[in-house]
Amino acid sequence: MSPHITRATSASRIAAVAALVLLVVLFAAPWWGSTATLRLIGEFMIYLALASLWNLLAGYTGLVSVGQQAYVGLGGYVLFSMALFLGWNPLLAIPAAGLAAALISLPVAKLVFRLQGAYFAIGTWVVAEVFRLVFAQMTTLGGGSGSSLPVAVMKAMAGSKASREAMIYWAALILGAGSLAVVYLLLRSRIGLALTAIRDNELASSSLGVKIDQVKLAVYVAVAAATAMVGSLIFLQKLRISPDAAFSVNDWTAFVIFIVVIGGIGTIEGPIIGTLVYFLLREFLADLGSIYLLILGALAIIIMLAAPRGIWGYVHQRYGILLFPIGYRVNLKD
Amino acid sequence: MEWVNAVVQGILVGGLYAMFAAGLSLIFGVMRLVNIAHGDFIVAAAYLAMVIIQGTGLHPLLSLLIVVPVAAVFGYGLQRGIFNRTLGKDILPPLLVSFGLSVILQNGMLELFTADSRKLDAGPLEVASFNVLPGVSIGILPLLMLLSAVAIIAGLQYLFYRTALGRAFRATSDDTEIAEIMGLDNRKVYAWAMALCMGVVAVAGVFLAIRSNFDPFMGPGRLIFGFESVIIGGLGNLWGTLVGGVILGVAQGLGAEINPGWQLLAGHIAFLVVLAVKPHGLFPRNDG
Amino acid sequence: MPEALVSIENLEAFYGDAQALHGVSLELNRGEVLALIGSNGAGKSTLLKSICGLVRRKRGTIRFKSEGIGMLPANEIVARGIALVPEGRRLFPSLSVEENLILGSQVARPGYWSLKTVFDLFPVLQEKRNFPSTSLSGGQQQMVAIGRALMSNPELILLDELSLGLAPIIIKDIYELLPRIVGSGLSAILVEQDVTRALKSAGRFMCLQEGRISLAGEPTAYTRDEISAAYFGN
Repeated sequence: MSPHITRATSASRIAAVAALVLLVVLFAAPWWGSTATLRLIGEFMIYLALASLWNLLAGYTGLVSVGQQAYVGLGGYVLFSMALFLGWNPLLAIPAAGLAAALISLPVAKLVFRLQGAYFAIGTWVVAEVFRLVFAQMTTLGGGSGSSLPVAVMKAMAGSKASREAMIYWAALILGAGSLAVVYLLLRSRIGLALTAIRDNELASSSLGVKIDQVKLAVYVAVAAATAMVGSLIFLQKLRISPDAAFSVNDWTAFVIFIVVIGGIGTIEGPIIGTLVYFLLREFLADLGSIYLLILGALAIIIMLAAPRGIWGYVHQRYGILLFPIGYRVNLKD
Repeated sequence: MEWVNAVVQGILVGGLYAMFAAGLSLIFGVMRLVNIAHGDFIVAAAYLAMVIIQGTGLHPLLSLLIVVPVAAVFGYGLQRGIFNRTLGKDILPPLLVSFGLSVILQNGMLELFTADSRKLDAGPLEVASFNVLPGVSIGILPLLMLLSAVAIIAGLQYLFYRTALGRAFRATSDDTEIAEIMGLDNRKVYAWAMALCMGVVAVAGVFLAIRSNFDPFMGPGRLIFGFESVIIGGLGNLWGTLVGGVILGVAQGLGAEINPGWQLLAGHIAFLVVLAVKPHGLFPRNDG
Repeated sequence: MPEALVSIENLEAFYGDAQALHGVSLELNRGEVLALIGSNGAGKSTLLKSICGLVRRKRGTIRFKSEGIGMLPANEIVARGIALVPEGRRLFPSLSVEENLILGSQVARPGYWSLKTVFDLFPVLQEKRNFPSTSLSGGQQQMVAIGRALMSNPELILLDELSLGLAPIIIKDIYELLPRIVGSGLSAILVEQDVTRALKSAGRFMCLQEGRISLAGEPTAYTRDEISAAYFGN
């Protein structure tokens, strides 16, 4: 008769099982899917990762960055540097890119954290621009026109093209599902509680001893590292890097923001929905070129004005469904 | 002597950067809004001027007589129709909405005008100049830009501190609730502020278009120059913004003297140095 | 009998999801001073804010000069002749003393109060007219807040916790000026923590307790114990 406290909902239990099944199916894709399918799912996973990470940074920690492309590009260039100059197996270079980004993000954070709100956002953009300009000056990496990944490096990864595709695909799957999982687990943990407290009331939580600055810095660094790893994979797949592509605002920030906003900012499910919507829209509208982007922009504005919590936020508010429960529920029934 | 010339030209272009920045500073001061599409509106004003000039044959500077009022009216509508709905405690909605606007503007301009580089022709004014020292000449047009910036900032200061509208701006920015209790309609106050901002944006856009080529994607770069000028100069201080613009212009000019590829980078570095050493800028007001 | 200046029926008001007023009714006639007393959180400020439009989520009727004002935004209510002296003064820090006062006349109607007469009422303000408003002492700031409200020549003035944070002698000085304010043709609703002072300054009083009226009438009609009981809700 006494109430008990749970974390899961019936919807979330079903979703957990379904997710596990889905994960196994996806993992086996190199055996049942074509190269085109692998690339599509891989791209989905990459955008899902970028979106989940940006959502953690902006939607949960309140650090609205318009400059994450700095780390995407940095990851790409670190991978290319290691492959070109050190002859590393590219797959090993991915975590190395993450580490490099984590280190570089520390002094960056020290600078940009001096800015607040929207000025912080533009500050992160300036940093990304600085990265772009600096890398454009590096002639050893191809300067403004960039460089390509030599075939020998690719061969070092795996013998056949098929196994290379599979490895890149699995890396994307790990990064995508992994980002989602890490964000979910993080938000369930004490840090997540701290973030929610900060989001609700920064003054109150700081008076309760929540070390806001440390939490924010930790999240910023972690997201930078993860973003760089995704970035290194992106350019490994493209086999070519240039400053404009590496640090493109449109590709790595604008689309990501739209995904998160349309899907539902500040929710874990949001980036999933958003990435789905993005790929659907791209499927039907990409031929329209810049009109497609116009529609995306208009859609983001309409959602922000009419349903600021995005598609998932609306669903959650209406029907109370939660697939990734992070709070606690008091269950009064037996 | 090239160094002296670089500094002088940097000071002059600082006026243009200050014009980019003045609108940003005004809007942030009144309603804590940062419009990420600010730079894109500057470019849009340039295209508007271009269209008007193509239709009427006016001199670019004269086209301001039409572009400025049109931009101001548009700004009023933009605030009442869109931005007023986003204002509140959360910083995300205005930021994300203005980001969306930025994308819409860039791609809209691309569709309407193609990616071709354009320029407005101001005739002989563009090359008129006088020598102050051997090797250092001051162009009439750049000088005009600097003087316009000074005039605009002086005008805004006067408006803010000596008129009823400026009083309304300050009161609403201090305390929106009590401003309402005094009979001020916040929606209208904000709309007037945005109208003013767009008027300044129009002037900046026309000068930009006379001075150099422009294309649909130049917006973000202008936003960043304006933003850096504001931060270097100090939040909440319009004259500081002028100084910030000048410092940015000079830094870029000196960077270009060392190596043409370093022009933009030198400006960013100057900004980052100020941010590191004097985070509130060189001449901050209390809270901006 | 002339129509009441203010007529409130069954007012329910909400802060977010929390209900602060549960069915409050009152009438105020021209020239009357009504004191609102009650412990913290009883709903006194909420009632004032509901009348002038700062609290928008409400049910029930609020009529001012026979017009329903419940659905109007604050800036339109104020234009009809109501002024608020907010709790905590809330002067505009970016404006000088004089600018604060002038802003008060944004929706000015013709009447006795102007910059000159406000300076007559509070001479010290004239000396400090160009000072930033926040550089003044608490008592002087309260004078600015009152003056600012008067500048629009309202018919109803709402005074929220005048004595908050002020020294007793300053409070005494300000309350001594109250008859001059009301005497110029205003009606007033006065929220005040200091019960004795409130009851001395007003012709009628109303005691709120947890958003409901626990006692109302003329101060002389009740004993201290009865009022205390209504205040604390025994």
